[in-house]
Amino acid sequence: MLELALFYIFGTIAVVSAILVITQHNVVHSAIFLAGTLLSVAGIFLALNAEFLAGVQVIVYVGGILVLFVFVIMLIAVERSTFERQFNRQWKIALITSAILIGELVYVVYQGRDTFVLAEPAVPLVQGAAGNSQQVGMGLYTTYLLPFEIASILLLVAIVGAVVLAKKKTQTE
Amino acid sequence: MNIPVVNLGAILPAIMLSLFGIAIMVAEPFVSDAKKSWLGWLAIAGTIAAMLALAPMSRQAGQWYTNLWIVDSYSIFFHFLFILIAAITILTSMNFLQREGIHHTEYYALLLFATVGMMMMAGSNELIMVFLGLEILSIATYVLAGFRRTDLKSNESAMKYFLLGSFSSAFFLYGVALIFGATGSTNLIVIADSLRSGDPQTSLVSLAAALMLIGLCFKVAVAPFHVWAPDVYEGAPTPVTGFMSVGPKAAGFAVLLRIFMTAFPTLEDRWTSVFWIVAALTMLIGNVIALVQPNIKRMLAYSSIAHAGYIAVAVAAGSEHGVSAVLFYTLAYSVTNLGAFAVVTMLSRSEDKLVNLNDYAGLASKRPGLAAVLSLFMLSLAGVPGTAGFAGKFFIFKAAVQSGLIWLAVIGVITTVVSFYYYLYVIVQMYMRDPNEEFADVRTTGPLKLALAITIAGTLYLGILPTRFLDWTVSAAVNALR
Amino acid sequence: MIPLNWYLILAAVLFVIGVLGFFIKRNIIALLLSVEIMLNAVNLTFVAFSSQRGQISGQVFVFFVLVVAAAEAAVGLALVIAMYRNRETLNVDRSNLLKW
Repeated sequence: MLELALFYIFGTIAVVSAILVITQHNVVHSAIFLAGTLLSVAGIFLALNAEFLAGVQVIVYVGGILVLFVFVIMLIAVERSTFERQFNRQWKIALITSAILIGELVYVVYQGRDTFVLAEPAVPLVQGAAGNSQQVGMGLYTTYLLPFEIASILLLVAIVGAVVLAKKKTQTE
Repeated sequence: MNIPVVNLGAILPAIMLSLFGIAIMVAEPFVSDAKKSWLGWLAIAGTIAAMLALAPMSRQAGQWYTNLWIVDSYSIFFHFLFILIAAITILTSMNFLQREGIHHTEYYALLLFATVGMMMMAGSNELIMVFLGLEILSIATYVLAGFRRTDLKSNESAMKYFLLGSFSSAFFLYGVALIFGATGSTNLIVIADSLRSGDPQTSLVSLAAALMLIGLCFKVAVAPFHVWAPDVYEGAPTPVTGFMSVGPKAAGFAVLLRIFMTAFPTLEDRWTSVFWIVAALTMLIGNVIALVQPNIKRMLAYSSIAHAGYIAVAVAAGSEHGVSAVLFYTLAYSVTNLGAFAVVTMLSRSEDKLVNLNDYAGLASKRPGLAAVLSLFMLSLAGVPGTAGFAGKFFIFKAAVQSGLIWLAVIGVITTVVSFYYYLYVIVQMYMRDPNEEFADVRTTGPLKLALAITIAGTLYLGILPTRFLDWTVSAAVNALR
Repeated sequence: MIPLNWYLILAAVLFVIGVLGFFIKRNIIALLLSVEIMLNAVNLTFVAFSSQRGQISGQVFVFFVLVVAAAEAAVGLALVIAMYRNRETLNVDRSNLLKW
């Protein structure tokens, strides 16, 4: 019952916020509605018994990435963008293409609906063995150790790249 | 609690490159502007170290890190290719950076990290690793494409590449998510087993495969996902363009083959026909549009799209002949294309001012050596016998015919003949037109000479004596297909 | 209990909204926001499947997607700043130096 309520509430908020993200004129408003989407996705993670991930989603995505977006939007003059035309000239074609895409995806998912319900979806992962955080931690540091270490290279590349691109101009330039 | 088995030897080349990349970044503040090329040589030392590390790595054959990492001759071949690409690109860039007054030597570090990303893509047995490697490569390349911060074209190129790259990564990721749902794992071998045995929900699996295909096809710039390539190639700094035209393509095809051969053999007949169409379209579009390009960077961009089409022919052929043809062609094409871009880098002068084909007029009378070298690379790209390009195309079309794709081979041969026009046009410009200028300020420095030596040697060797490398690629293909 | 495919359809809807946003918006930052929506939809798919199958690897994968999304956002925004320094607009249609 609780899961159903969570799903409906957060699902609706997520979809509505996402639609508002792409239709808002002012890009600051878009960013705020993205926060709404991200938070409701975190709520849906809770409904799916992924508590640790829900917490991480809020901290990293909303608290880190979205804040970064807002910082950059504030650094760059926002007022001018609100006067320019905000949608492409090809928006009708885009709508049709997207309608086709969503039709396909829903069809595929709907077709397999019987095969998906293998187990009760609300079952906690590995009954009672360990908490969600512990399982994620075990997975991350034992089975998926190599990707975990490689991700550090990815972050290093991103840091170095971002600084190189965005730092102030040096005298030689 | 089981402590995982850590085998450093299996990832030794990647470790070497990462260490040297970090060393370059740490050393930068201590090196004055005039001596920045030392860091370039440090990067070269890194590539040599990585190349030497291939030997201990090859002794660790098998699957490591809980079946995430695989060491077989397929991955060793691609490791070798990627290190070679990195080394030649670094050599080409050293003089370029000095000429442009770019003193941020994070350039070399990013190049090394991009190579690490490519290695991750080629050696992984698990879609998580493929995705991480893909992103490391992509992000490093976005930054490299935009490295000339004050140049509007460079900004634009990086932006376009970034937007389309992240868009296609999201598609690839969605495909991975659906495959995870269909089979319960992201490990390629487990996916294959689960698809073979259990009752596959074919529509879901096909959708997942299609999404992954879309994501990867963006990366290798085959039609109809090629539209970004000419713009991005034109705006990026020329050595980076050279890197982008060979590195991500080779890595993309390595991953494509690995995923589709290992994880989706049950869908083989379906994706073969998809690749048929993709290859035909790509060869036609790439070659035809290249005919009308006045700018040599754009011409080489469309030519590289066409070459991706040839490689796609071999992918469509499947089988071990097709796979070995793909491997051989990526090696031959990389060496040739990097050589061509090295010459273009030299001749474009500062800020890439002189990149139109007219600017090459009469080069032969003023600088005969350079003209001869560029002619060699043009002939190899076209596929003249005796060059690496011919050997590569021969193996590709042979594999296509052996798999029964006669019409595709015919299209390939016709488009190759078409391509002769624009490659020979460059040669004609150099030898038969009157020069517009003196070419006095084109100086060939040490690193660039070394790069040219390597590429010329590679082009000729692969063209005249291909058997050694061919045997390597065949054994790698057999290994990959298990 | 909610059948799994409701979650998947929700994720698909979010994904398509992201794709639509990417196609129709002209402001570069809005394009980046659309890509973030797409990545969130993928995360949702992973967690849904992970919950259904009782395997933790789906959630671990979401971690890595989060890392990649953060890295991409950082580099993308740095590119935006670099571009904005050179020209005072964030309108993609104005990026037309490289053509045909």
